[in-house]
Amino acid sequence: MPRYLLPFSFLGILLLGLGYAPRNTYAQDGLIADMSDHLIAITTGFTGADVLLFGAVDEDSSIVVTIRGPEQNILVRRKSRVAGIWINNKEVAFNRVPSFYALATTAPLENLVPDSLRERHQLGLDTLALTPENQASPETSVFRDALIHLQQQRGRYLTSSAKITFLGNRLFRVNLHFSANLPTGQYLIEVFQIKDGEVKNAQTTPLIVSQVGTSAEIQRFAYRHSAFYGLIAVAMAVIAGVLGALVFRRI
Amino acid sequence: MYMYLPIAEMSVNIWLILGLGVAVGLLSGMFGVGGGFLLTPLLMLLGVPPAVAVSTGTSQIIAASMSGVMAHWRRGNVDIKMALFLLGGGLGGSWFGVWLFSFLRSIGQIDLIIALTYVIFLGTLGALMLMESVRTIARESRIKGSSRTRLHQHNWLHGLPFKTRFRRSKLYISALLPLSIGMVVGILTAIMGIGGGFIMVPAMIYLLGMPTSLVVGTSLLQIAFVTANVTFLQAYTSQTVDVVLGVILIVGGVVGAQFGSRVGAMLQGVQLRGLLATLVLIVGGKLAFDLVIQPSELFSLVIMGRP
Repeated sequence: MPRYLLPFSFLGILLLGLGYAPRNTYAQDGLIADMSDHLIAITTGFTGADVLLFGAVDEDSSIVVTIRGPEQNILVRRKSRVAGIWINNKEVAFNRVPSFYALATTAPLENLVPDSLRERHQLGLDTLALTPENQASPETSVFRDALIHLQQQRGRYLTSSAKITFLGNRLFRVNLHFSANLPTGQYLIEVFQIKDGEVKNAQTTPLIVSQVGTSAEIQRFAYRHSAFYGLIAVAMAVIAGVLGALVFRRI
Repeated sequence: MYMYLPIAEMSVNIWLILGLGVAVGLLSGMFGVGGGFLLTPLLMLLGVPPAVAVSTGTSQIIAASMSGVMAHWRRGNVDIKMALFLLGGGLGGSWFGVWLFSFLRSIGQIDLIIALTYVIFLGTLGALMLMESVRTIARESRIKGSSRTRLHQHNWLHGLPFKTRFRRSKLYISALLPLSIGMVVGILTAIMGIGGGFIMVPAMIYLLGMPTSLVVGTSLLQIAFVTANVTFLQAYTSQTVDVVLGVILIVGGVVGAQFGSRVGAMLQGVQLRGLLATLVLIVGGKLAFDLVIQPSELFSLVIMGRP
């Protein structure tokens, strides 16, 4: 081998090594999963979307899927009565809260995995890592429960998990439904293969939710050319008002 | 039929929003109020983020009041000189109001201030107007065809300096009066996200003593300009004006305003004031009720944005 190629061969070995290093703490061999779409396009007529998640396992096992939306910082406020009027007088800030959380399982989660494992992988709403900004207050768990409850009411945290069905013990599929008021951004879909109460394999797939077409262009325009957008909004309203008055004079 | 709103980032039923626009436009044409005091809370109720509801609501008020002004203009029901004085105060007031709004938000409790302002203003005005119109109706039914009464009551307000003649309104009053009314309304526009007609209309009737027939058209002209200023400022500084939501509301509002001004023309001034007073009292009462009664949900979420 010519001498000048020597450094490159080292580099090659290094790259090979990186390539073979496990990307996950679990081996990938026993589990393969994919989705029918990796992009949910929010168009002007968007009313929700269905994404098919499917895959195969190498042996009889159970599957748990978690879907987490992009993180947000959220403030939880509580009202109490002060001088006869109900006002917000206590608040707790939670950082990096998933804006969306849903679960899909082959059987009820409690029957599949022990609590310790649920905690580690944040399987189920009660195990979500929601850490308040100031942990000193003993009351924060009340605010944490309220946060989850309110997110459920808004349809952002799904209470019931979707049912994953198996075909011949090896192939599995589940239809994931996303409702119309979906936060935009990058979602993470984690698929866990579970056998005897332990995670055998896991796989992570991203899902992008983004505005496309006219609605995306309007939003981009509103942020990039704010002054012009404001003038257009005012002009449109004025023209509509004048037109309305003129049209109705004839009738 | 559903449609996705690009700025509010949610999907809404077009017919529901359209109906909301018609209802608010109807009130606008009938009473000369922008209808923002109903529109903004209703939009929030549908799940539109408060900031977007306030900013987009003002763009709807531009169209509805513009359409209303045209209708009243043809009937000669606008006092331009008076409107200019009100507008001068209104523009100054809305700048101050925007500053006050951000100050109140920085110390917290902006929601409480908004609710309390609504309750105090709606409650007081509604009660005063209702009392006055009931008394007038009662008096009219007692003495049919009495002699011509005075145009308006004279009080200390008529002793203020800078007296100006408003020919159209048959008034000779201090210029400070319309300027300060316009300013107070401008401040409230910025804080409450409303046109302010429901405060300006009674103020013009009772404080200035303007003829009821001129009040509606004149206040609409002032509202159209002040809300245009606020809409532009909101779109420019906070990007919270949703044009798709705005267009749907506007189409409904324009149609509603035209029918409203026809219905309004058929009713007598006293009946009109009585109806507006009742509406104002209902909204004020609901807000007061919400402040005092224990809410079913004590907790609320505020999304602070992406980390």
